[in-house]
Amino acid sequence: MNAANERLHPGQVGWLLFALALVTLPHVERLPWWVTLLAVTLLIWRIYITWHALHMPPKWLLFVIAGGTIGGIYLHYGRLLGRDSGVTLLVVMLALKLLEMAALRDAMVLVFLCYFLVITNFLYSQTIPTALYLLLVVWVITATLIGFQFRQQQPGFRYQFRSAGMLLLQSVPLMLVLFVLFPRVSGPLWGMPQDALSGTTGLSDEMSPGSVSKLLTSDAVALRATFRSEVPRANQLYWRGPVMWDFDGYTWTASRLGNQLQREVQRSGNPIEYTVTVEPHSRRWLFALDLPARAPAPARLTGDFQILSPAPVSRRTRYDMVSHANWRDNAELQSFEKQRALALPARSNPRSAALAERMRKGVADDRAYAAAVLAMFSNQNFYYTTTPPLLGTNPVDEFLFSTKAGFCEHYASAFAVLMRAGGVPARVVTGYQGGEVNYVGAYLTVRQADAHAWTEVWFTNEGWVRVDPTAAVSPNRVESGIAAAAPQSESLPRQVRGEYEWLQRARMTWDSATNSWNQLVLEYTQERQFQLMERAGIDNATWQKLATIMFMLATAVTLVIGLIMLYRVRAQRPDPLVHAYNRFCAKLARHGVTRHPSEGPVAFSRRAGATRPDLRDLIETISAFYVQLRYGSSASATGAKELMAKVNAFPSA
Amino acid sequence: MHREQIDNVVKQISQVILGKERQIRLSVACLLARGHLLIEDIPGVGKTTLAHTLAAVLGLQFQRIQFTSDLLPADILGVSIYDRDSGKFRFHPGPIFSQVILADEVNRATPKTQSALLEAMEEHQVTAEGETRPLPEPFFVIATQNPSNQIGTFPLPESQLDRFLMRIELGYPDAGAERALLQGADRRDLLPKLTPALQPAELAAVQTAVRAVHVSSALLDYLQALVDYSRKSPDYVSGLSPRAALALLAAARAWALMEGRNQVLPEDLQAIVPGVVGHRLFVARDSTRINGAAVSENLIEAVPIP
Repeated sequence: MNAANERLHPGQVGWLLFALALVTLPHVERLPWWVTLLAVTLLIWRIYITWHALHMPPKWLLFVIAGGTIGGIYLHYGRLLGRDSGVTLLVVMLALKLLEMAALRDAMVLVFLCYFLVITNFLYSQTIPTALYLLLVVWVITATLIGFQFRQQQPGFRYQFRSAGMLLLQSVPLMLVLFVLFPRVSGPLWGMPQDALSGTTGLSDEMSPGSVSKLLTSDAVALRATFRSEVPRANQLYWRGPVMWDFDGYTWTASRLGNQLQREVQRSGNPIEYTVTVEPHSRRWLFALDLPARAPAPARLTGDFQILSPAPVSRRTRYDMVSHANWRDNAELQSFEKQRALALPARSNPRSAALAERMRKGVADDRAYAAAVLAMFSNQNFYYTTTPPLLGTNPVDEFLFSTKAGFCEHYASAFAVLMRAGGVPARVVTGYQGGEVNYVGAYLTVRQADAHAWTEVWFTNEGWVRVDPTAAVSPNRVESGIAAAAPQSESLPRQVRGEYEWLQRARMTWDSATNSWNQLVLEYTQERQFQLMERAGIDNATWQKLATIMFMLATAVTLVIGLIMLYRVRAQRPDPLVHAYNRFCAKLARHGVTRHPSEGPVAFSRRAGATRPDLRDLIETISAFYVQLRYGSSASATGAKELMAKVNAFPSA
Repeated sequence: MHREQIDNVVKQISQVILGKERQIRLSVACLLARGHLLIEDIPGVGKTTLAHTLAAVLGLQFQRIQFTSDLLPADILGVSIYDRDSGKFRFHPGPIFSQVILADEVNRATPKTQSALLEAMEEHQVTAEGETRPLPEPFFVIATQNPSNQIGTFPLPESQLDRFLMRIELGYPDAGAERALLQGADRRDLLPKLTPALQPAELAAVQTAVRAVHVSSALLDYLQALVDYSRKSPDYVSGLSPRAALALLAAARAWALMEGRNQVLPEDLQAIVPGVVGHRLFVARDSTRINGAAVSENLIEAVPIP
């Protein structure tokens, strides 16, 4: 009977079902519920069939189920090709294939599909836990495959896991060669579908009351920064994001284009050098500390010091930056800029406008006016809260005169409006403020919860100056971060509060590991690959060169491992004398006399001779010759060959 | 040449001890391998007679020490007595200064006395009153002991059992042998009639020949496999010691010579395993696979010949 058509052992089916369940598990949350239900039903059906040794369902039934499911998937996703629909289709087909799986050949197909399904998981998540989990799954699948090498006698899970582990360990050198040298393409290997990042939170190009504070609930990482020297003080960590000029009475809006930088900026003080790794947020901003000296290519620096990437940031991006904490904007304010920086919609927030006029008249210059407004924030009973009350159509009026409770965007917005109403050009800047120093990995982690809004005001002879009205109300927010500023009663993500030291330490260690993973594994791009090649002495690496080196190295690694294994097999091979004698015993076994492993050659020859008197003389001659060669003192180089010749001449059964 | 001599020895002993050829061959092999012999069985099956016969047939000077619970070391080793004529202490050698010692019922003596004997067995010399005196060559101890569950015995500890190359059990004679025994003369009367089958020089030559028997590396592989199995198997309390391995090898050489071979075969090793291993390997209490009696059979069965 052909091995490929042999019926499967229930143990093998069990292994396969287990592997299949493990590899599909992470997909469950992404599949439509009815597909999950169908897959589980098919799985249970297969278990039932194995348990009771029933027949497989008829082909036509499978066709009906397959057809119906394909229709359902098309209706659900609107297409059959694509990431989500493709994975769903694969899962359903795998589950259906189970009901067709009668022989080893089908099971092999399923195992290879399992390996493929492992890869599809990386289309959704590439974190350390995902990688570890899928490594475990690969181990289980390989152990399943090992079980297929046995027929009816299953070797037991320990043997399977050990062999599979050995196989995987042997493949590690090859894996490393492939990882380091496989030619990378610039950009993702497969085009990310448009909706891939739809769920991500982050800053937007609009700011209205409540839009920043809603980010507070997110502990997602916005960016990580490694500083060349020490991390600047917390009140200097203003991560500049979208700059908003236009106000419609309720919402501030960032200009979509942003003009090119043409102004002279006088920078002083030591430059801050650092590397930023920003998480994908599907917008074009790249964040940098106030004030960026230049933009990393191919991004550009705009006139209001935003850094704009040419395309939305859809993958983790890493760039080197230089910033200056002290600067002076020497340029004149262009008239169109001044017009924009003073514009207020008519008839909105009238009480604020009146207040501004009154206050401006009471002081000598713009600077004094700004100081007076900040003093008002800190002296009157304004307070800082992460859960501000909702505001109506004239939010600034309501905030200034009735609620007096707000988050940073309320203060930034109100301050900018008061400035503009008082004739001082002002704009709102959003971004992140602060961040958490990870003392395990020595870098700074900035989370979405660190989102912040502040203002910039134009003073004659001084240029644009950063004024953070939130600092006037709650100095803690800027000095020590959001956790210190938010009242204890208000909820923040656990990650931000950091209540237990051990928890904080564990969290930082984990974040540090994630960062290293991101930097070393996920961000191993074509550029860094070429850099590595250059360091190894290979200039002008092209993908052809890489592929050649890769194949050469992979062959070498495989050869070395193969030779080691061959050597070990050789070492285990019995010497030719024993080989010849074993052959003799095998021949006698076919004659009906089987040698017990612990039976000595003389005893065996006596027994065999008694059982087969016709062959007794021959048996005794050969045995005596073997005994003389193996246990005697006269060593003979040709003895083994002579013995083999005699054994070969011994009549076969 | 040696084979005929040894066959002759075996034949002579067989005339006295009936129907126990295998045990006789084992004990002869033990003596040829220069090892001490322990015969263990219930009283009255011919232990002492066998020991006596062995000594007589090999033509060696013979002393018997009956071990009792009040036997003291000095009773074995000897004692210095003041000699009035010379005005000095003079050493009076004990019965141990003899070529063959029959230590009868060795486990009836106290451990102190036992250890005096056993030290002499290992060192082939006696230290008494600060002076070391060599024992004669050849030096054999044939000890007999009653099964340790009998009344009034001090069982020998494992470390001292290890000094005996072999332990054999005689067992009841079969019906034919017993009938011959009952019909024949008293065994003890036969002893004086025995003539030595070997001269001392011949015995020394045979012992030298035993040491010259060839041992191939294949056989050592098998020996090591056996020892290794006994150490790794959960069935035994503890494995065979290197001394036990040496004992196996020496006994197997003697057996091969007795079989008329000049090289040791796995069969020779298997033949002497029951005698050499029986008092050294103890079956673990929780072993379900083997019972105590079959310990050597199980060891041989379990280890394939490489």
